[in-house]
Amino acid sequence: MVNEFEISYTVDNIVQREMPMTNGARSDSIVRGFALSSVFWLLVGLVIGLWLAAEMIYPALNLAPWLAFGRLRVVHTNGLVFGFTLAGIFACSYYMLEKLTRTRLAFPGLAKAQLWLFNIAIALAAISLFAGMNTSKEYAELEWPLDIVVVVLWVMFAVNVMGTLIKRRERQMYVSLWFIVACVVTVAVVYLLNNLAIPVRLTKSYSAYAGVNDANVQWWFGHNAVASVFTFPILAMFYYFLPKSTGLPIYSHRLSIIAFWSLVFGYLWTGAHHLMLTPVPEWIQTVALAFSLFLIAPSWASVINGFYTMNGNWDKMKSNYLVKFFILGITFYGLQTIQGPTQAIRALTAHVHFTEWVVGHVHMGTMGWVTMTISASMYFMMAMITGREIHSVKLANVHFWLILVGQLMFTVTLWIGGVVQGAMWKAANPDGSLMYTFLDSVAVMYPFWTVRLVGGLLYFAGIVVFAFNLYMTSRPKAQGV
Amino acid sequence: MNINSLYEKPILFALAAVVVISVGTLVTTFIPLFLPSTQPVSPLIKPYTAIETEGRDIYIREGCNNCHTQTVRPLRTEVARYGDYSKPEESAWDRPFLWGSRRTGPDLARTGGKYPDAWHYRHMANPQTMFDKSNMPAYPWLGNAKLDTSFTAKKVKTLGYGYDGADVARQLAAFRQAVTAPTYPSAQARSQVTPAALRGEITELDAMVAYLQKLGRDLKAAQKSVAGPATAVAAESKNPYAGNHEAEEEGEKIFKENCRSCHGEKGAGGFGPKLATTVHKYGGSDAELFASVAGGRPGGMPTFLPQLGKDRVWKAVAYIRHLEREGR
Repeated sequence: MVNEFEISYTVDNIVQREMPMTNGARSDSIVRGFALSSVFWLLVGLVIGLWLAAEMIYPALNLAPWLAFGRLRVVHTNGLVFGFTLAGIFACSYYMLEKLTRTRLAFPGLAKAQLWLFNIAIALAAISLFAGMNTSKEYAELEWPLDIVVVVLWVMFAVNVMGTLIKRRERQMYVSLWFIVACVVTVAVVYLLNNLAIPVRLTKSYSAYAGVNDANVQWWFGHNAVASVFTFPILAMFYYFLPKSTGLPIYSHRLSIIAFWSLVFGYLWTGAHHLMLTPVPEWIQTVALAFSLFLIAPSWASVINGFYTMNGNWDKMKSNYLVKFFILGITFYGLQTIQGPTQAIRALTAHVHFTEWVVGHVHMGTMGWVTMTISASMYFMMAMITGREIHSVKLANVHFWLILVGQLMFTVTLWIGGVVQGAMWKAANPDGSLMYTFLDSVAVMYPFWTVRLVGGLLYFAGIVVFAFNLYMTSRPKAQGV
Repeated sequence: MNINSLYEKPILFALAAVVVISVGTLVTTFIPLFLPSTQPVSPLIKPYTAIETEGRDIYIREGCNNCHTQTVRPLRTEVARYGDYSKPEESAWDRPFLWGSRRTGPDLARTGGKYPDAWHYRHMANPQTMFDKSNMPAYPWLGNAKLDTSFTAKKVKTLGYGYDGADVARQLAAFRQAVTAPTYPSAQARSQVTPAALRGEITELDAMVAYLQKLGRDLKAAQKSVAGPATAVAAESKNPYAGNHEAEEEGEKIFKENCRSCHGEKGAGGFGPKLATTVHKYGGSDAELFASVAGGRPGGMPTFLPQLGKDRVWKAVAYIRHLEREGR
């Protein structure tokens, strides 16, 4: 007997059966709008990132209050998490939703309003953070009026996702849709609870939690923002766009089911691994550490699924310009999900936490996994929307190599720098006194920071190529051609 | 019902996802909200004063937490570098917590009382004049801005610090009087970074310095009262490196890294007393100089024994002797 379970989940059944629809019947303009917004905020966020990287070396660049490192770093992280990544998620989610449900978005008007509100909100967010209106809680820095706008935006997104799923014409929901739903509910829960605050005025509020609890809630949020923004929806893209762009079905849907539920279950326990060796109760740290190590398994299930999908077809790495983005992307995801959990181990966290190592770690995930997957998804999607090939495969290859080399230069340098820094902080003389002053550990970093800046510049050059290539691809076809 | 039908029912699926994410949330985040271990209180840890509250808000506004942590981990070298490790009750009044996640600059949890106010005024206005390798931004605009206190009373009420608007007004008036008085020990450094028009007012920088001086202060005071005033630098009487030229050279290096920013080039004096002299504020015997460097002195001389160790403290003392000879 044929295993119905296996068959009903195959890509041939769902992904390849998408009904051809005319351009007008799909929400292409919304997808295109979010995709281009995403790339715009990506460019803005990276320019700020470069300025920050330069400020690390030349403090004189802190020219004005709104350009000072402390304020600018927040604009950088928020701009890229919320501006670039969320817009990319909206674009790709709406595209995948319509394809995988063989239905138009339930509320295209709402999605259009969401597009406008989103860009206004990100602009206001940037301005308010430049002005120093910030709660200090990482990735939740926006003050309460903008938090409310974010919640409204999220409700708009959730309504469209669930509405489209309810009226879908495809019986089974493909794995990408599960990850999108997981993203919708997890962001909603963690964002709402962590941002609870008591306002004192329009631009200032105080956290509803105090001290240890505030820290614990914040990093429960912080880590699951990473899960639900940098992991779930990016995996949704991976599980959809890799099979679509190669014509190969995902290796095992049983594996993706196990991966999905254990990933979504496990992530929520791990926040306190950001708080190892702090005053947070030790048992919470230990539970977080245990679940962090557990998470290696479901994370690698997706990595293995990706690699085995290519089994026997590795020549496509060369012949298909998109495959290398996805495969390198999932490889960085795999490295990231080994590095992350091991960093939680007490002996290692004692050495690398608070150093540049962690900065390197985060940037492998964002510059490697997230950006590579989103940019390849957008190439594919934009070509499908406009109904033609991308503007230039050659430029896409240039883009790939620049961001790969730039990212590796950036992250590997910071890992080494972080290990050096941690070693200097811990270096002791036989009598127990310290071998280095803190300033010694700053002075030694300048060459590392310079290489990081160069890596960042290469990476930025790659993204400029990407933006140009994607924009050229997105332009409407000239009439009569 | 077939288990596969879960993947055919989006609402049910979403609910299942909520249940699955709730388990870890409940155990590691929600239940701890109500445990005594996450909200210990200590009568020794006092809420922030009005001016410290405003200083803390400026610290948040400028995003200082992006480069400075405020949590000392229970690691031997970390305690030697910064001071005692952080306790949960120290953060009891903190909304939000400010432990940070990155040390581009040093931890600040034990900064309070470590240096005189003058040190902070000069450092905030231009860190590179004190440490040329530092990459900290200069914050000249803080000294040029009058502190907005129109919401202070509402802030401390919201934060539940247990005092009211009248107390806020009293505290602010007393603080203003203290920092603007000519007898204020850091008056000179303050006036150098404060424009003439604002010297009679409270500036944002004043509030920031007041906040920095609060960090870890209560804990240190409590520990000092337990240990007694004459703390524990074991009596050392004679410098093993007296007259040792090599040790003096090493001492010079130690001096440049640790002492120069306060005691000036070649010990000519600065925030800290002149050292190129035979007359020392706390006595000039080997034992007394050792005690000053190793154990610190009130009013802004930090403790150096944990970082430097006995051997290097003696080398620093040897260098001070060298400066004495030069200054004669």
